[in-house]
Amino acid sequence: MTKRQLMQRIMAHLDRPLLAGMAMLMAVSLLTLYSAGEHSMDRVLAQGANILVALVCMWIVANLPLHYLMRTAVPIYLVGMVLLLGVLTPLGVSSHGAKRWLNIGVATIQPSELMKIGVPLMMAWYFEKHEAALRMKNYFVAALLLLMPVGLIAKQPDLGTALLISASGFYVLFLAGLSWRVMVGMLVAAIASAPVMWKMMHEYQRHRIEMLLDPTQDALGKGYHTIQGMIAVGSGGIFGKGYLNGTQTHLDFLPERTTDFIFAVYSEEFGLVGNLILLAIYFFVIWRGFVITANASTYFTRLMAGSITLTFATYAFVNMGMVSGILPIVGVPLPLVSYGGTSMLTLLLGFGMLMSIQTHKKLVKT
Amino acid sequence: MNKRIELKNHQQEMFNFRLRLFIGMGFALLLLVALLARFFYLQVMRHEYYHTLAEKNRISIMPIVPNRGLILDRNGVVLAHNFSGYTLEITPSKVKDVQATINELSKIVDIEPRDRKRFKKLQAESHDFETLMIRSRLSDEEVARFAAQQYRFPGVEIKARLFRDYPYSDKTAHLLGYIGRINQADQDKLEENDQAANYRGTDYIGKTGLEQYYEDELHGKTGIEQVEVDSAGRAVRILSRTPPVSGNTLILSIDAKLQEIAEQAFGDHRGALVAIDPRNGEVLAFVSKPGFDPSLFVDGIDADSWKDLNESLDHPLNNRVLRGQYPSGSTIKPFMALAGLYYKVRSPTQAISDPGYFTLPGSSHHYRDWKPGGHGMVDMFKSIVVSCDTYYYGLATELGIDRIFSYLSGFGFGKKTGIDLDGETSGLLPSQEWKQKHFKQKWYAGDTVSVGIGQGYSLVTPLQLAMATATLANGGIGYHPHLLMEVKNSSTGQVRKVENPQAFDVKIDPENLDLVKRAMQAVTQPGGTAAQASAGAPYTIAGKTGTAQVVGMKQGEKYDASKLDERHRDHAWFIAFAPVDKPRIALAVLVENGGHGGGTAAPIARRVMDYYLLGKVPEAVKPAEQPASAVPVVD
Repeated sequence: MTKRQLMQRIMAHLDRPLLAGMAMLMAVSLLTLYSAGEHSMDRVLAQGANILVALVCMWIVANLPLHYLMRTAVPIYLVGMVLLLGVLTPLGVSSHGAKRWLNIGVATIQPSELMKIGVPLMMAWYFEKHEAALRMKNYFVAALLLLMPVGLIAKQPDLGTALLISASGFYVLFLAGLSWRVMVGMLVAAIASAPVMWKMMHEYQRHRIEMLLDPTQDALGKGYHTIQGMIAVGSGGIFGKGYLNGTQTHLDFLPERTTDFIFAVYSEEFGLVGNLILLAIYFFVIWRGFVITANASTYFTRLMAGSITLTFATYAFVNMGMVSGILPIVGVPLPLVSYGGTSMLTLLLGFGMLMSIQTHKKLVKT
Repeated sequence: MNKRIELKNHQQEMFNFRLRLFIGMGFALLLLVALLARFFYLQVMRHEYYHTLAEKNRISIMPIVPNRGLILDRNGVVLAHNFSGYTLEITPSKVKDVQATINELSKIVDIEPRDRKRFKKLQAESHDFETLMIRSRLSDEEVARFAAQQYRFPGVEIKARLFRDYPYSDKTAHLLGYIGRINQADQDKLEENDQAANYRGTDYIGKTGLEQYYEDELHGKTGIEQVEVDSAGRAVRILSRTPPVSGNTLILSIDAKLQEIAEQAFGDHRGALVAIDPRNGEVLAFVSKPGFDPSLFVDGIDADSWKDLNESLDHPLNNRVLRGQYPSGSTIKPFMALAGLYYKVRSPTQAISDPGYFTLPGSSHHYRDWKPGGHGMVDMFKSIVVSCDTYYYGLATELGIDRIFSYLSGFGFGKKTGIDLDGETSGLLPSQEWKQKHFKQKWYAGDTVSVGIGQGYSLVTPLQLAMATATLANGGIGYHPHLLMEVKNSSTGQVRKVENPQAFDVKIDPENLDLVKRAMQAVTQPGGTAAQASAGAPYTIAGKTGTAQVVGMKQGEKYDASKLDERHRDHAWFIAFAPVDKPRIALAVLVENGGHGGGTAAPIARRVMDYYLLGKVPEAVKPAEQPASAVPVVD
């Protein structure tokens, strides 16, 4: 096999435009991590390792034919549910007042992470099974498949993840044709139940929303993140302060600057122009996701691809909205840019599915 | 025909899906545009504002750490306070080669191997961006020397910090505990309790003892300072300031001088002493010997010192008052006597003939009295004075374990006393239920016999025994022992008295009480087991001796052969209260391997009472050591 053939073999099931978009975001990640980590290569190298591991997993998923993908839906969902229930047992690990982790002996894992993929996968599988004659009842069952894990995650409490999984599940329902009337009804119900929700929320969650309305109220505590994030973004101006020159970053004002607040570092140093470029890259990736979705060959793959793409867009929006102070701080990383192995892996598994959907359909022409 | 309809439906469906996808796409685009609008607002329209905040006037919000509250004794003697000093600190993430930097620093300031080890441990426990101390308490000269060379050491700085100091050092270590660096577990707990913001800038937190128990009182409220920093990050101007609120001052019921005298009275012995005011449960002295130097922990202990302390045969880190569990020995007898009277199993005048042993009906096993040949005719009064075992073997058997359990638990045996310290152990008051649960065995009559003289399964802590003694002294009205007497608000100066409400009432018939008290008084007079205890005292003393058998050695402990014999000796107990009629002090003394209670423990109790009631300071700072062999073997 020549080098060329090998290369072709490797690239056979990878979608080049998508890969190009991802590579750009990963480059932004490594570049910004170097600045955020005070010119230390530690985080850059660790993130490089995260990316490599995730890319290998993505490649494997991309090479799996679609029927394999479908077959994993039920097992992944069931394992995820068992693990989520396991968090409630004494094996669950508490930290910072929330019980989100599970000790499985060799490592501590966060089952809700698995459900970011498991829930839309299961719902898409379910719709595919009942594609022939979809009734109101089916939407109801699908919604139940969504609400069970979301309820467990919200109880941990991890409101941020619960909301994001709800969003990914809602996208499946929406694309599967949930009637407009029901959606409007849900919206009205949500608005009406807001006061009740407010009462049911944990103290710290209420606090975060209050801080959003007036961050100066608790400048030393929870408002600190929001204030410092807004100062970083705002002071970046049109052209930014220049790479490695962000004062907010380098004078230690910014909290969590390699993870959830990495966008503030980027935005301070590259300004509005940099933000425009970043948004353009995100838009490119999202657009490619839509193209793949539109061309998908089966009902299952259409729903899955659509949900992955819309969820990705939501993540990007929520993180940047949180850093720039239009959304409460919910602890969502900036997709493909924030430091972290788990979120990188989850995202690339999703992209692997997109690529599989794009590259296998030619073979299963019906 | 059918097929056509389906095909049409399929097309219709595809159209619907694409329509919805298009809407989704529009939604995503809308989100991105919303972000763009927000960025435009922040970075163009409000740029000047944020630019001013960040670039020209970099406003840093700095926490101002409050002064930790003082701890005073009942007379205002300082037990824990703060003093300011300089530390040399390194931020590992800002330093290229930490080891090389430390080597270089050691040429300017004195850095001991101990400092290096401690730093290594700190570094392993902390994040790289945290600032870690390499040397504390720098001299002025060292500060000056470093300041001159500071430009060579980016990432190294001198900081002025408040240190915690305990003037009584090891004498109050078990009582006060110590503060230590906030670790990840502490941080998690603070966040769980929503206190993380108030601890911003604070490095230390109470780890054990009162420092831990009253952390909320002692810490205070962190202040906020908005400062303008120059381009290098140095503060140039203070913009606004919310002053911190110092932690409150704790005023303990402890009498520091009494504590010191008690501690010194032990000499080289290990053991524990608790003195309580029986009228209200205020703890006057709380001694666990040996103590340890709490300042070792404040700066972060190095591995060698830790190993020394932890593996010492003397177990200096063991809080014997709170956590030491020993057989009560004969000190239980006055309480057993009261149980006998309460259940009318014995009358005061009813006497038994003591042949020097006791046998259960239908058994030939001899439970021996400590005195070979026995005490002759023994009534209740004499049984306490001479500590007759045979009397209590019989009494316990007649009472039965259920009634013993029920009566003694009324005095707090087998339960935590509820003192204001964490980590208390509950001792053990055995019952049928307990034995069934732990040994899956039924309770045998023989088990009850040894409980009667405070051996067998029963275990008490010195604190429990002191509380029970205080309760007896106070006529059956008991209080949970309490260390905190008053809290003085640091800002208003207001003093809040800590109420210690009556906790329980063991209803004791006045006649019965009088009998037991008189017998205990006779214990301390010629003819009693602590015959010398009240010699020459201008006040009356009631007491009871006890001996706790050292049953075996734990495996795996290293023993110094020359000390082996000493460590096989029995533990000596003495409980006492005075004056007998209106008791103002009640105490329990335990001397580990002290042999007999009357010989080693009672003299310690006497010194404590002499000081507390008469203000008499013992002449010799160190008491004469009484070799155990010189003490007559009595119990």
